[in-house]
Amino acid sequence: MAAFAPGDRVRVREDYPPGHIRTPVYIRGKEGVVKRNFGTFPNPEILAIGRDGMPPKALYEVRFRQKDLWPDYSGPDADTLDVDIYEHWLARI
Amino acid sequence: MVSAMQEHTDHHGEAGHAHPHAPPAKDEKIHSYYQVLGLAIKELLIDKGIVTPAEIRKAIEFRDSITPAMGAQIVVRAWTDPDYKRRLLDNGSGAIREFGLDMGGTQLVVVENTPTVHNMIVCTLCSCYPRAVLGLPPSWYKSREYRSRTVREPRVVLREFGTEIPASVEVRVHDSTADMRYLVLPMRPGGTEKLDAEQLAGLVTRDCMIGVAVPQSR
Repeated sequence: MAAFAPGDRVRVREDYPPGHIRTPVYIRGKEGVVKRNFGTFPNPEILAIGRDGMPPKALYEVRFRQKDLWPDYSGPDADTLDVDIYEHWLARI
Repeated sequence: MVSAMQEHTDHHGEAGHAHPHAPPAKDEKIHSYYQVLGLAIKELLIDKGIVTPAEIRKAIEFRDSITPAMGAQIVVRAWTDPDYKRRLLDNGSGAIREFGLDMGGTQLVVVENTPTVHNMIVCTLCSCYPRAVLGLPPSWYKSREYRSRTVREPRVVLREFGTEIPASVEVRVHDSTADMRYLVLPMRPGGTEKLDAEQLAGLVTRDCMIGVAVPQSR
């Protein structure tokens, strides 16, 4: 059962653990909106240490407003950035 | 087989730079730690009988056989066949199988440019790229500069590629951080109604499918 559905507002965990992390640093702690659920995938943080990536994690496409990421963003307000984020990095707002 | 994880680390192995001016007869110098590491692993895999040199050569040959012309064919099919376009946008990996292409361990997501949205692809973590449809990425795609600036000031980067997107159009950057690989489906330019598939494919450059350019009718 997926924790999030398209349209849900979420915040990216603001956390800086060591290891192979696919959540880019520049979106940690930022707010976005879930656009799609891509299904579940082996967890790359576990794969990276030579294990099987289990349990798998749901992967979401999350959309951010550029203005929310970069306060001095020079483009229009409507510009966005989509990042694929695993479920354990997201919290509902 | 190259797994998503390998793809996510292989930029570290990027080996120096080409020397087009160097005399061809001399052996190339090995520059970097990672290049040496790569060679050592290759030799070990061969010594242990896990792969053969012929298999490695064939794998490289296969990689090199995929060029952006393949992506262009897919784009043209989508431009000229609405049902195919729907399949491509719904399930990119499935739709490219109709061209005999296989995404391997990753999935293809095709994002469509429209009069209101312009898409652009980057991988800030390394150099994830839809290799199954475009072949190997250009060196600038893997550069730290492109990767860091595209998520921060995409319109400035676009301008440096000679691409001006009107302020009324949303620029949507896709940072491929996980198991998805992205391909931009550009808009078919006006005035191309009479062109055949081959002529149309000539308009669809690699850069158009990364989203740093848009097709121009000539």
